[in-house]
Amino acid sequence: MTLQTMTYLVVGATFALYIGIAIWARAGSTSEFYVAGGGVHPIVNGMATGADWMSAASFISMAGLISNMGYGGGLFLMGWTGGYVLLAMLLAPYLRKFGKFTVPQFIGDRFYSKAASCVAVLCLLAASLTYIIGQMTGVGVAFSRFLGVSNHTGVFIGMAIVFMYAVFGGMKGITYTQVAQYCVLILAYTVPAIFISMTLTGNPVPQLGLGGDFVGTDMTLLGKLDQVVMDLGFPRYTTMTRISTLNMFVYTMSLMIGTAGLPHVIMRFFTVPKVKDARASAGWALVFIAILYTTAPAVAAMARLNLHASVNKAVKQNYATDAARATAMFAEENSIRYDERPNWMKRWETTGLLKFEDKNGDGRIQYYNAKNTPAGATAAGWKGSELTVNQDIMVLANPEIAKLPNWVIALVAAGGLAAALSTAAGLLLAISSAISHDLFKNIFMPDMSEKNELMTGKIAMGCSIVVAGYLGLNPPDFAAGTVAIAFGLAASSIFPALMMGIFNKKMNKEGAMAGMLSGLGITMLYVFAHKGLFFIPGTEFLGLFGGKANFFLGIEPNAFGAIGALVNFAVAYVVSKITPECPEHIQHMVENVRTPRGAKAVDGTHAH
Amino acid sequence: MDKSGKAYWKATCTLIIQVLAVWFFVSFGCGILFADALNSFSVGGYPLGFWFAQQGAMYCFVIMIFVYAHLMGKLDEKFDVHEE
Repeated sequence: MTLQTMTYLVVGATFALYIGIAIWARAGSTSEFYVAGGGVHPIVNGMATGADWMSAASFISMAGLISNMGYGGGLFLMGWTGGYVLLAMLLAPYLRKFGKFTVPQFIGDRFYSKAASCVAVLCLLAASLTYIIGQMTGVGVAFSRFLGVSNHTGVFIGMAIVFMYAVFGGMKGITYTQVAQYCVLILAYTVPAIFISMTLTGNPVPQLGLGGDFVGTDMTLLGKLDQVVMDLGFPRYTTMTRISTLNMFVYTMSLMIGTAGLPHVIMRFFTVPKVKDARASAGWALVFIAILYTTAPAVAAMARLNLHASVNKAVKQNYATDAARATAMFAEENSIRYDERPNWMKRWETTGLLKFEDKNGDGRIQYYNAKNTPAGATAAGWKGSELTVNQDIMVLANPEIAKLPNWVIALVAAGGLAAALSTAAGLLLAISSAISHDLFKNIFMPDMSEKNELMTGKIAMGCSIVVAGYLGLNPPDFAAGTVAIAFGLAASSIFPALMMGIFNKKMNKEGAMAGMLSGLGITMLYVFAHKGLFFIPGTEFLGLFGGKANFFLGIEPNAFGAIGALVNFAVAYVVSKITPECPEHIQHMVENVRTPRGAKAVDGTHAH
Repeated sequence: MDKSGKAYWKATCTLIIQVLAVWFFVSFGCGILFADALNSFSVGGYPLGFWFAQQGAMYCFVIMIFVYAHLMGKLDEKFDVHEE
C-alpha cells in the first residue's frame, strides 16, 4: 500500500472515531455542554486534560524547536510542565470549591463586579485566540504534507472539522473524544521515538536512549551530537542557552504561570466531582503529559543527528583521529548529490517548508552554520548553507528521515492532527462560554433562555474559528512560538488576578482590574512592537523603542509574559491600597473558598 | 475565620511554600542557574545540568504534585475540613 493511501486510511479512521464519540455523547443541557455534569473521574479527566493541553505546539512544533535550540529548548519542557505544580497548589482546588464553571465568572463574583468579569473575558479572548492561531499553523503544516494539499486548504479543512465536533458535542463530547485523541497522539509520538532510539542507541526507551551510547562507538549519543554540530559550526548542543540565562529564566517562568492561567486548562478542574479530585487531577494530567514531554528531547536530539547524517555521509562514520574526521566532514564525496536526495526531502519540498539552493554550483547539498563558518568548509569551497528546514516539520519528517515503515508515518500524521484539533476544540469551548455565558447571559441579556445561550455559544465558536483561521494563514511565528505568546498573555493577565483573588482576601475590584489591564496591555505592547499590531505583518513598531529587537534587558517578546505578570501584581497592590477596601462579605467568601468542606456540584445554569 | 480555620490556612500556606521551594530549585536552580556547574557531572550518559532541564525537572514535578495532594488530604482531615 502506498504511503498516501495508508495516510488517508489512518487519518480517516481516527476522525471517524472522534466524530462517532461526539455524536454518541451529545450534550443536552447548558451545564452538560460545558462541564459534562461534573461527573468525570480524575484519571479520565487527566487524560482528557493531557489531550487538551498537548496541542500542535507540543506535538508538531516543540521537538523541532528543541532540535534547533539544544539545551535552551528545555525552557519549553520545564515551562509547559512546571505550570501544573502551580495549578495544583494555587488554583485548581480553590476554583473547584468556588463552584462556578468559567474564569470570568470567578473573577466577576470574587471581585463583585461585572466590569471585572468583562475585563477577564477580554484577557481570555486575547490569550485563546492567539493560541488558536498557533494551532492553525500546525494544522496547516500537517495537512499540507500528508494530504498533499496546499497550506491554505489544510487550514480550511481543519477549521471545518474542529467546528463540527466542538459545536455538536460540547464538553461531554469533547471529554471522551479527547481521551481517544490522547491515545492516538501518544502512540503516534512514542512509537517512532522507540524505533529511532533502538536504531541509534540499542535502547528502546527514548528517555534512557538519549543518555545512552551511540551504537557501535564508546561515545554517548549526546557526545556524538555535540561533536557533529560543532564540526559544522553550530553551538554545542548540550550547553547552548536561549539568548541569555536571564531570557531563559523569564521565558520558562512565563510559560509556567501562563499554564496556570489558561482558561481551557483551568476549566478542566471544574469538571471533577470533589476538591480532593481537583488536586489529584492535576497530577494525573501531568503524568500523561510527561510521557510525551520526556520523550520530546530524545526525538529532538535524534532527529537532529539523523538530519545531519542524511545529507552528510561522514556524520555516522567512526574516524580514528579528529583530523581524519574533520577532513571527512568536508570531503566532496560525503555531501550527498541533490539529484540523489532521499524521497522525504522531495515530499517536503512540495510543501515549500524545505528548500535547497545550490550556492556553490556543485550539485551537492552542504548544510552547516554559515554564520560561524568552520575552516574546513571554506577550504572545501562551501559558499553558504544550502538547505533551509522549517523547524515545524521536524517531528512529522522524523520517521521519514529515519526510514520507518509507512504505517508509522501515517500514524504520526493522525497524531499531529489529533493534537491540533483537540486543543483548538477546548479553546473554542472556553471562548464560547466566555461570550455566551459571561458576556451575554450575565451582563447584557440576563433573561436569555438556555436554548438561546447555547445558540450564542455556537455562533461565537463559529466566528472564532473564522478569525483564527484567517490569522493562521499568516502566522506570527512557528507554532510553538505563537503558542508561547498566548501563554505570555494569560500569564500577564489571568494568573495574577486568580491568585490574588484566593491568596489576598483584601484585594479589591479596582486593584484586580487595573492589574489585569496593565499586565495585558504592556505585554501586548511589547509583543505587537516585535510581531506587528494584532499580528498583521508589516505593522511592527520597534522604531518607537529605538529599533532594536528584545530591547528590554534582551528579553524576547515570547518571554515577556512574566514581566507583564510582575507589572500586574505591582499595579494591583498599589491600586488596592488607595481605593475602598474589599467588602466584608467577599472576604468571608474567600475564607470559605479556602477549605474543601461544603463543595457543591458545579452550578452552571443559575449563576446568580 | 475562627482559630482552627486560621491554623489550617497557615499550615496550607507553609506546605505550598515548601513545595514551591523544591519546584524552584529543580527547575530554575538545577535546570538553569546552576546548569553549567552541574554539567561537569554526568548521570546515565547525560550532563547533569542538561538532564535537569530536559528530563529531571519534569519527573520531580509529577512526584511533587502527588506528594502535595497526599499531604493536603492529611491536613484536611487533621483540621476536620475534608469533604464528606
